[in-house]
Amino acid sequence: MQPGIPVLLLILIALAPLYGSGYIVTLFTYFILYMVLSVSWTIFSGSTGYISLASAAFYGVGVYAAAMFGERMPFIFVILIGGIASFILAFIVGAITLRLRGIYFAMFTFGLVVLMKEVIHYWEITIEGTRGHFVIFQSNETIFYYLLGIFIVTMIVAYIIRKSRYGLALASIGENEEAAGHTGINVTMVKVITFAISAIFMGAAGAVMATKFTYIDPGVAFNPMMSFSPALMSIFGGMGSIYGPVVGAVVFSYLQEWLMTGSLKSYYMLIFGAILVATIIYLPSGVTGLIQNLWRRIRGAKSAPTRG
Amino acid sequence: MHLLEGEKVTKYFGGLAAVSEVDFYVDEGEILGLIGPNGAGKTTLFNLISAALEPKPGVIKFRDEQINGLRPYKICRLGIARTFQTVKIFGNLPVIENVRVGSLFGPLKGLSTAEATKVALELLEFVGLSKVAYTPARDMTLVNQKRLEVARALATKPTLLLLDELMAGLNQTELLDTMELVKQIQKKGITIIMIEHVMKAIMGICDRIIVLHHGKKIADGTPEEVANSKKVIEVYLGEASDAGS
Amino acid sequence: MEQFLNIFLGGLFIGGIYSLVSMGLSLQYGVAKVLNIAHGEFLMIGAFATYWLQEIGFNPLLTVVVVGPVLFLVGFLLYRTVFTSIRLRSAHPGIYESNSLLAAFGIYFIVQNIGILIWGTTPHSYTYLNTSISVGGALFTQNRIVAAAFAVVIGIAFYLFLTNTRTGKAIRAAAQDPSTAGLMGVNIDFVLALCFGFGAAMAGVAGSLISICYSLSTSMGLGYTVIAIVVVTLGGLGSIPGSFIGGFVLGIIGSGVSYWQPGLTVASYYVIFIILLLVRPKGIMGKQ
Repeated sequence: MQPGIPVLLLILIALAPLYGSGYIVTLFTYFILYMVLSVSWTIFSGSTGYISLASAAFYGVGVYAAAMFGERMPFIFVILIGGIASFILAFIVGAITLRLRGIYFAMFTFGLVVLMKEVIHYWEITIEGTRGHFVIFQSNETIFYYLLGIFIVTMIVAYIIRKSRYGLALASIGENEEAAGHTGINVTMVKVITFAISAIFMGAAGAVMATKFTYIDPGVAFNPMMSFSPALMSIFGGMGSIYGPVVGAVVFSYLQEWLMTGSLKSYYMLIFGAILVATIIYLPSGVTGLIQNLWRRIRGAKSAPTRG
Repeated sequence: MHLLEGEKVTKYFGGLAAVSEVDFYVDEGEILGLIGPNGAGKTTLFNLISAALEPKPGVIKFRDEQINGLRPYKICRLGIARTFQTVKIFGNLPVIENVRVGSLFGPLKGLSTAEATKVALELLEFVGLSKVAYTPARDMTLVNQKRLEVARALATKPTLLLLDELMAGLNQTELLDTMELVKQIQKKGITIIMIEHVMKAIMGICDRIIVLHHGKKIADGTPEEVANSKKVIEVYLGEASDAGS
Repeated sequence: MEQFLNIFLGGLFIGGIYSLVSMGLSLQYGVAKVLNIAHGEFLMIGAFATYWLQEIGFNPLLTVVVVGPVLFLVGFLLYRTVFTSIRLRSAHPGIYESNSLLAAFGIYFIVQNIGILIWGTTPHSYTYLNTSISVGGALFTQNRIVAAAFAVVIGIAFYLFLTNTRTGKAIRAAAQDPSTAGLMGVNIDFVLALCFGFGAAMAGVAGSLISICYSLSTSMGLGYTVIAIVVVTLGGLGSIPGSFIGGFVLGIIGSGVSYWQPGLTVASYYVIFIILLLVRPKGIMGKQ
């Protein structure tokens, strides 16, 4: 895909606060949030095949960073703290689990959101003596632009990783980890660092979005849905390119918005769950994968002759 | 000093010894054959050398330095590369990318992107895969996939190359081509250990042969010595296939 | 002394339930190779089914006779439709593992939503066998003892089924080596679906037993899934006896931590999880 079209779209979106209503700005903010989460998730889980169910934990860490430091520091530092805290958490989780088979990683990350919720709840009750936090207010425009900035950084990092030798290493690990290790790749280190990097953006996004909640407690910040959504969106969109998750994010955040304001409001988890199951069975390469396959078939097969 | 040396190398799986107190060595420039019936422990021995598994007990030394306990990537960077019995290529990546992985991460000193591509193209030329450089690896024939594995292994600049049943499933022409390829690799100065069932290949190119049976070494010598060893004949050579499978 | 009994026996009682839940998960992962993270949701459905049945007059313990088979059927059909489709389309086992994990994640949301639609989000409870018995000075409600006893009996019965019947042996063969088992005449597809069904049944029955002692809510499942995951790792992935033992171990540890600092029970399970992953990932009775 030529860079021209996405850049154009990006500019169009970036100018939204100027021409759009408050509703449009809020809607686009959610689009961008899910784009950040999905692209970040794909950076690691898309290439290595290790399914992380911990996105909600990293997002929640970011939300809590804002809740705890929001009143004492400039916003930009709060976002950095959110990102760094998530990096550290992901690094520790990765160091413990990524030396082992993928199933241990999935199990550990699945429960992580429950663990974080309990631990922080405990901390609040016993040590701080308070429950929950109020967060300092930021205008919708500020939130929008900070999130857009995070999105741009996320996309740049995702692109650089994919095109670099580390992207090749990640792809090799996803293809055949044993062979990758025997070809000189320090697979554990590559996995842990990539996983930790992917968490930064989730934490940063959480810190920004925290200001949209008037009240934050562990239940609000640590919500399993935030682990589910990036996975659903990335798989539906297709993880073969960096745009797949973006497509998935836009489709589903729009769908979510539409469902939440309609009569199907109480069915949305069911509908999304069903779509994920259907996608896994019938559309494993996602929408962009499907389009790529069709495109290739239209242009005619272009594989070089093999020697027999 | 032997290039690679193993002392009383042992590995148990549950109660069964897959490899039992095997002493072996290979000298620089040799082609060492490793033969034995199925289940004799040949691939396990490779796994122990390449650090997919750890010997317990036993010591393996490369250039007189102990290497058991190191992780596979370190072993690769020290100069030991291998191919696998069931081909483990990166199927969805183009052929050339498979080799580039080797040249980018395998050698002790990293290469630049441009150098890596150059080395990869040269190696594809060497194994005869230049024409399919941009095909997805999974779309190739098994023979070509095996050659790709060899190219990828060579890209890591090894001093020692472990080949696991490279000749399996080849027809007569392919067999002769591949035997020639192995000799060419030896000419480059790379030491080779090869696991094989194809006797023609083993007798044709190996300088020395080790025979394993039920995890134990039962013979170690030149092809003539091994072919004439009563023990070996009794246990194995009667059943071995001659060419192809 | 009484405190000790409180913790120890209390831990054993809840441990019995943990064992049953975890054996179900172990069966699903060990044989059918699906890490069913929706496991707790089947537990929740079982709990609410019992609640509903007892509201219309049935003895809660007897509802197990209905809940078990119904959830078995649900699990069996689910495997035959969803997971078999995924298995047939997955190029190799690694992809099947991650795809079925994600599908289970989807099912988690589907079942939760159904639960919320029917029963809402507020906690429910009912009383049954609420009178307390004294055991060596420590007080326990009868329902906890009965629930634990039921769970243990079902667990042992299932283990005997696995070791002594033809179907049970087919299951164990399929767990060890699916392709060889297939060659020896075992209908693999059927056996895998059977195991998934049994796993779901165990979760459902565990839910029924939980409902007679504790309050239930539609969000109760997640916590039990996490517990089952830790127990299964502790006992060894795929080892049914390991999960059985592990359930009691975790029950006792949880009981102890709960006595000391109730807010830290999940954290303590995770500490155990972390220690396991660092020191002995294959667990107490894990195979290579």
